[in-house]
Amino acid sequence: MSKNDNKITEGKRQSACLPRKRFYRARAHSNPLSDSHFPIPFSPADTDYSQHYPNFVHSNLKIQFADIGCGFGGLLIKLSPLFPNTLMLGMELRDKVSEYVKERILALRSSNLGQYENISVVRTNSMKYLPNYFGKAQLSKMFFLFPDPHFKEKNHRRRVISIPLLDEYAYVLDVGGIIYTITDVEELGDWMKHCLETHPLFATITDEELSVDPVFELLACATEEGQKVARNGGQTFHAVYRRIAFVE
Amino acid sequence: MEEEILTEETRREADAAPALISIHPLQKSIALALGSEVRIFDLEKENAVTLTDEACSPSHSDAIRAICFGANGSLFASAGDDKLVKVWRTDTWHCIKTVHSDKRVSAVAISLDGLFVTFADKFGIVWIERLEEDGQGQISVGTKAVPLLGHYCSIITSLKFSPDGRFIATADRDFKIRITVFPKCLPKGAHEIQSFCLGHTDFVSCLAFIHLPDFRQSLLLSGSGDATVRLWDHVSGCLLDTCDIGKQAGLLKSNEIIKDFPAVTDINAFPDGSLVAVVIQGFHGVVILKCDVSSRSIFVAKIVSMEENFTPTSLVLSSSANMLWMVMGATNVSKSGSSELARLLVISNVDKYVSNEQGDCPVILEDKNIPGGEKLLLKLQGSVHLAKQDAAFTAAAAAVKVAMQNLLAKKQYSVEKRDLRKRNRNDRKFKK
Repeated sequence: MSKNDNKITEGKRQSACLPRKRFYRARAHSNPLSDSHFPIPFSPADTDYSQHYPNFVHSNLKIQFADIGCGFGGLLIKLSPLFPNTLMLGMELRDKVSEYVKERILALRSSNLGQYENISVVRTNSMKYLPNYFGKAQLSKMFFLFPDPHFKEKNHRRRVISIPLLDEYAYVLDVGGIIYTITDVEELGDWMKHCLETHPLFATITDEELSVDPVFELLACATEEGQKVARNGGQTFHAVYRRIAFVE
Repeated sequence: MEEEILTEETRREADAAPALISIHPLQKSIALALGSEVRIFDLEKENAVTLTDEACSPSHSDAIRAICFGANGSLFASAGDDKLVKVWRTDTWHCIKTVHSDKRVSAVAISLDGLFVTFADKFGIVWIERLEEDGQGQISVGTKAVPLLGHYCSIITSLKFSPDGRFIATADRDFKIRITVFPKCLPKGAHEIQSFCLGHTDFVSCLAFIHLPDFRQSLLLSGSGDATVRLWDHVSGCLLDTCDIGKQAGLLKSNEIIKDFPAVTDINAFPDGSLVAVVIQGFHGVVILKCDVSSRSIFVAKIVSMEENFTPTSLVLSSSANMLWMVMGATNVSKSGSSELARLLVISNVDKYVSNEQGDCPVILEDKNIPGGEKLLLKLQGSVHLAKQDAAFTAAAAAVKVAMQNLLAKKQYSVEKRDLRKRNRNDRKFKK
C-alpha cells in the first residue's frame, strides 16, 4: 500500500470515527446547585490521570490549563497543538456533552497519531468541586467561554463568575496565571468584568499584552458557541485578568 | 401520592433541632440551647441567669442552631433558624447586638479579639459584623453584615477561628474544609484561601482546633458523616491521620457494608489536644481520643458507654475544671405537638482517660454532685427529675438523626427515580 493510500484511509477513518453531534443532543442548561450523582475525586491526589493522558504517564507533568464548561471542546482542540507539552483538562457538567468531547478526543488521537494527547475532559460540577481536581497554584490558565448568562437576579448566584468563586479560582491559579472570559451577552460581560475588577487578587491585562497573546484570539473563534455568535454577526465582550499575589 | 406524604413527614422531622451546650472558657457560666430558648447558668454565683434583650422578646423565635463563647469569655453568641444572630455580654447578659441574616444561620463564631461576629447561612455565605466596643448601654439593632467568603451553595456546618487568629476554617456538606486567611482589611472580604483540607468521604459536621505548645503550631480536627475523625495540618491542607471511630467503637463491622455510617456529630478538645471528646450519632456514650503530638496521630483512648440510653447531641470540655459536659435532647415538632427535652450529664476527672498518673478516676457525676446541683439542672434541663422519659428521648434522638441526614447527607437515587424526579420538577408542575 502506498503512502498516499494510507492517507486516504486515514482520512476516511477520521470522518467515520469522529462523533456526530446529532447523536449527542443535550439540554442547553444543567442545574449547578443540585447534588451531583456522578463520581467526584475526594482530593486532587485521588484522581488517576494516566487514563486521561496515557502518553504523559511518566512525565510527572501536572495539568496547567482548565477549560471550565468546555462545551463541545472546540477550544481544547485548538489549544492542543499550540501547547503540545501542556496538559489541559476540560470540565463539563452536561453528561452527553462531556461524552461527546471524550469521543471526539479519542477519535482525533487515533487519526492523528501522537497529537491531541495532552487534552482530556471530565464530567463534573466545577463550581462545587474545583479544589477536588487541582491543588493550590497549580494552573496557569483558566477559560470561561460563553458561560450560561442566568439573566434572572435570583439565579445570579448560579453564574460561574462571582466574587466567592473567584476566591477559589485564585486558589488554583498560580500567581501570574491568567483567567479568560468571553460572552456574547453584554449584561453578563459587564458582570464578569465588574467581579474581576473588584476582586483584590486579580489585575487587568493591557490591550498591548493581549494582542501578543496567541490564546486571546482563539477566545472568540475557537468554540462552537463563538462560531455561532460570529455567524449571526453578534458582538462579544471579553474580560482577561491576571492572578496577582496576596498583600495585606 | 404516597411518596408526597412521605416527604411531608420527613420535612416535619427536619425541624427537629438538637440541644446544644457551650461553656465559658474559665467555667464561669454554662449555656444550653434548646429550641428557641437559651438557658444560662452562672457557675460562679451558682444561680440561674435571665437574659435581657431590649430589641425583642422572646430573643429567638425559632430553633437555635449554633451557640458559642468568645475566646476570652466576655461575649456569647446565639443564632439559628429565625435568621437572627444575637451577641450577648456575659457579665450582664445583655444583648448588645442583633444582626439580621437573609437566610437561616447554621454556624456562628466570635473572632479571637472579640471585635467581630461571623456567621454562616444556609446558602454557604459567611458574613461578618463589627461589634462596637462602646457597648455599655449602646444597643445596635437591625444591622446588616457584609459577606466575608462563600462556599458554593453548600451548607456550612462549622465555623472556627484558628488559635493564632490568622485563619478562619469553614466546613461544609460537600466534604470540604476551607482554610481562609482572616484579613486585616475586612470590608474587602477574605479572598486568600490558605488551603483546602480534602479527604472526608461524607459531609463534615464539626471542627476543633488544637494548639501544640511544644511545637508552636496548631492543628485541626474534624468529624464527619463518614464516621471518621481526621487530623490536619491546616496550613498546608495535609491530612496527618485518620481515626476510623465508627469501626473502633464497634458500630461498624469491617466485613459488613453499611449504607449509613454513624456520623460524628460533635467534637471538642482540650486546647493542647491532649484529650478529644467525640459524639457519634446513636451511640450510647462518648469516645475519648488522644492526640499524639510527636507522631502527629490520633487514636481512641477510651470508649465510654453510658447507661440509661444516654446518646449525647452535644458536648463540651472544660479544661480548667477537668470536666466533660454532655447534653442529650431535642425539640421535636411532631404530630403530638412540640416537645422540648434535655438531659445533662457531667464526667469529672476526665483527663484520667488519657493519662496513667495516679488520682481519682473519671466518674459520671450524680445529679446532686454536678456543679450548681439541682438548681443548675432545674434551669438547664427544665426539671430535676427526668425519669420515665426514655421513649421520648429515643424518639427525639431518631428525629435529630433524620433531620441531620436530610439536611447534610447526599441523596442517592436510582436512575428510574431520578427520571421520575426530573419529570416532577417544580417548574413543570404548573404547566400541567
